[in-house]
Amino acid sequence: MKRKDFIKLSGMGLGAMLLQNLTAYGTPIDPLQALDRVDPKVKKELADVALNAAKSKGASYADVRIGRYLNQFVSTREKRVQGVANTESYGIGIRVIANGCWGFAATNNVSRDGIAKAAEEAVAVAKANAKIQGEPVKLAPQKGYGEVSWKTPLEINSFEVPVKEKVDLLLNVNDIALQNGASFVNSVIFAVNEQKYFASTDGSYIDQDVHRIYPSFTVTRIDRTSGKFQTRTSLSSPMGMGYEYMHPKASEKVEGIIPRYKARYDILEDVKFAALNAAEKVKAKTVEPGKYDLVLDPSHLWLTIHESVGHPTELDRVLGYEANYAGTSFLTLDKWKSKKFQFGSNKVNVVADKTQVGSLGAVGYDDEGVKCKKWDIIKDGVLVNYQAIRDQAHIIGLEESQGCCYAQGWDDVQFQRMPNVSLQPGTAKLSVDDMIKDVEKGIYINGNGSFSIDQQRYNFQFGGQTFHEIKNGKIVGMLNDVAYQANTQEFWNSCTAVCDASDYRLGGSFNDGKGQPSQSSAVSHGSATTRFNGINVINTARKI
Amino acid sequence: MAILSKEEAQAILKKVISYSKADACEVNLNGSDGGNIRYARNAVSTAGQISVMSLGVSSTFGKKTGTATINEFDDASLQKVVQRAEELARLAPENPEYMPPLGPQTYTESATFNAATAAMTPDTRAEMVGKSLSVSKAANLEAAGFLENSTRFNAMMNSKGLFAYNKGTDVSFSVTVRNQDGTGSGYVDQSFNNLDKMDTLALSKIAASKATKSAGAKAIEPGKYTVILEPLAASDILSNMFRGFDARSADEGRSFMSKKGGGTRLGEQLFSENVNIYSDPLNPELPSSTWDGDGLPVKRTQWVQNGVVKNLSYSRYWAAQKGVQPIPFNRSIVIEGGSQSLEDLIKSTEKGILVTRFWYIRSVDPQTLLLTGLTRDGTFYIENGEIKFPLKNFRFNESPVIMLNNVEALGKPVRTGSGMIPPMKIRDFTFTSLSDAV
Repeated sequence: MKRKDFIKLSGMGLGAMLLQNLTAYGTPIDPLQALDRVDPKVKKELADVALNAAKSKGASYADVRIGRYLNQFVSTREKRVQGVANTESYGIGIRVIANGCWGFAATNNVSRDGIAKAAEEAVAVAKANAKIQGEPVKLAPQKGYGEVSWKTPLEINSFEVPVKEKVDLLLNVNDIALQNGASFVNSVIFAVNEQKYFASTDGSYIDQDVHRIYPSFTVTRIDRTSGKFQTRTSLSSPMGMGYEYMHPKASEKVEGIIPRYKARYDILEDVKFAALNAAEKVKAKTVEPGKYDLVLDPSHLWLTIHESVGHPTELDRVLGYEANYAGTSFLTLDKWKSKKFQFGSNKVNVVADKTQVGSLGAVGYDDEGVKCKKWDIIKDGVLVNYQAIRDQAHIIGLEESQGCCYAQGWDDVQFQRMPNVSLQPGTAKLSVDDMIKDVEKGIYINGNGSFSIDQQRYNFQFGGQTFHEIKNGKIVGMLNDVAYQANTQEFWNSCTAVCDASDYRLGGSFNDGKGQPSQSSAVSHGSATTRFNGINVINTARKI
Repeated sequence: MAILSKEEAQAILKKVISYSKADACEVNLNGSDGGNIRYARNAVSTAGQISVMSLGVSSTFGKKTGTATINEFDDASLQKVVQRAEELARLAPENPEYMPPLGPQTYTESATFNAATAAMTPDTRAEMVGKSLSVSKAANLEAAGFLENSTRFNAMMNSKGLFAYNKGTDVSFSVTVRNQDGTGSGYVDQSFNNLDKMDTLALSKIAASKATKSAGAKAIEPGKYTVILEPLAASDILSNMFRGFDARSADEGRSFMSKKGGGTRLGEQLFSENVNIYSDPLNPELPSSTWDGDGLPVKRTQWVQNGVVKNLSYSRYWAAQKGVQPIPFNRSIVIEGGSQSLEDLIKSTEKGILVTRFWYIRSVDPQTLLLTGLTRDGTFYIENGEIKFPLKNFRFNESPVIMLNNVEALGKPVRTGSGMIPPMKIRDFTFTSLSDAV
């Protein structure tokens, strides 16, 4: 995973870090270069070179993506800047169907000759594979949109914010952590801008400008005498937004035992609580294993939704296309066809939505030129739909794709990726405090921790960042060594209450891995605080 | 174009260094050329090929470093990239952990390159995948797999005269074979530098056999069991431990290698006496580059001897802080074993569980290195030295440190991923729940 490579940087010198690790993201550039743009007219001309070359070599369909992918990383630890890097990756990927089979080739030589050669290679790959191919590819029809464009709605382009402002903010974050008892602190701001141009033989020329941001930190508290250490990571969410996410707003804050945030984040406040939480965690009592009612905050629940609802409803997994890597799915077609498979209780309503403002998955059009939309996946607890792309739509009787195609870069082939998949808030008025008042023996979990789920998405285990014990409707203190294990269907059927829309927030994954070669995508999951009854909690403490 | 010889790379790097006006300059030149086929439901799903080359310059004034990269190699572009790195260096914050470049080093020639692998074409890949598909189709099973090959070179030079070059090839293949009703699944995963060692037909037959034999799995109660881990399963778990052989995080008190009261566990008996772990870039079965990203020569390093931690890796910076020699980490890990085969280990087991592989392993507690994950693609019950029946998959919660304290026997190491790992017999391995997944 590329994010792991990034996280591993701690301790390396700046130069070494840039050369050996960040090139995975692209080419290091001057921050100001990130503000340059390629004229869509030029991109259209280059795209036509690719489409014409592919057709002349025998492609029955071709699409081309000219991508400029920009990343900015600012990372610090304690009182030191660990790295500031801007990277750029620019090139062209050409996908074709020839002799009924897919072929793909990519190059960073974005000249007419380079593009024509790549188109020719893509056709050669398709023809070589057609010899061992079974069924020909069947694409759902897609009308061309002509020349159109889309841009992430944002107030402040992160790449226009001076690096110094980000460095100063992160060093301030670190100071607050250290003042509040942290032994170590790492903090990072990660910004992404995908400038994507898509064209296809269907007649679409789509120019998009997509922005994402992810601020995060980890606070570590060490007790040398006992040899114990604990961490608490940020409760921020990666967002499909500009730098405005970093500007706190009272209306976007959720008060509680730990402050949490909606579409604006207060990193300075969160880090203070994190340092205090980490100190409290070192001394917290170890959990008594057994059955508990869980009250799960959206900063935690997003990951459970991602793993146990998002992934098993990916149609490529259901059909077996991911069998050799991410796995298949227990949500087989017969369960969907029955129209009565009770995935969860009737409180469970889940939608897929690629249009949600502020979400990581929001774009105007997907990476095979399909306009984005919103649809139900779980309705009143029943499985009603999946997530599909053009060459799968016919399998579930759809006339058109659901617009779930994505590639992490110009040099990766696009395939089915998860749209934003979110649990809908409850329709009856219910606050978190009122939910907790009702719980006799429970645990209130914030933030995401350890996560693991089987390859068909039945059995999972999740940790968290903070665990507060609930006794007779009151929070009585912090617990340690908590993880819950459940079966997906049993878990969602034990959902007894969902707070109302006033508590709804997005969480998300900045780096969801899938595919071979593995590709990363970013996806949000919204929910309000939700209650699950009688869940099995284990104690994870060990001695070595 | 993307793969340069040592002489071609050296000529470009010399030219770049000659343009430098900085106090120190380091240049890296890397290229790769490769392709892949992905297949599922017994048919090709995606395939592609890509070729890239790029040059990175890292210039330093005092302790301020700037880096710039380019993928054009004419003289004007090379001059431009050096200038840009120098401009960025002047703007960069001072790095208190900056280490000046190393002087010239001597490296042993690596054995990472294989001409046959480098010569693979889309047709070679299609033919190899065709062999795999012939197995699944003939047995009325369903295959999903991935074949990938790459050739790459890495070269670096610095203003103190260091020059390093390595060229290598890789071919990797994995396939999951499942029966039609989805009640049985088998898997293999293999990588080599050398194409001649890769037999997609034979490997697919192993996966197909596991798919058939794992059908109709029975549930037994989770708990502590003696397990026989196939080399892949052992590698899945243990690869999560090697990153912890890092002196800095241990010294800082935030690793399972940290000692209560301060310091590291270097020199402590952390594992069973029969555990010996080393890395060696010249191991003929597992060749890797003989220099690391800093330009340090990578040599045979004993990490664990008779269960005692003998070495931790030290970056150049941390080594200087601690007054020791830097020790680069090397991923080519060898866990020594005996001469017993997997079958021998099964025969010697009264009651136990055979695990083909683990899946979705995540850290639960970094303090104890407790991991969770699940068995996958073939889990079997062993009784009186024989495989009796397939088992439903389990979730485990176990620490590799605890596991390597419960070693009953180690078999003959084989190449698995980027390690030489033996099949292992481990007692008291902790399974915590059952999974319905196949």
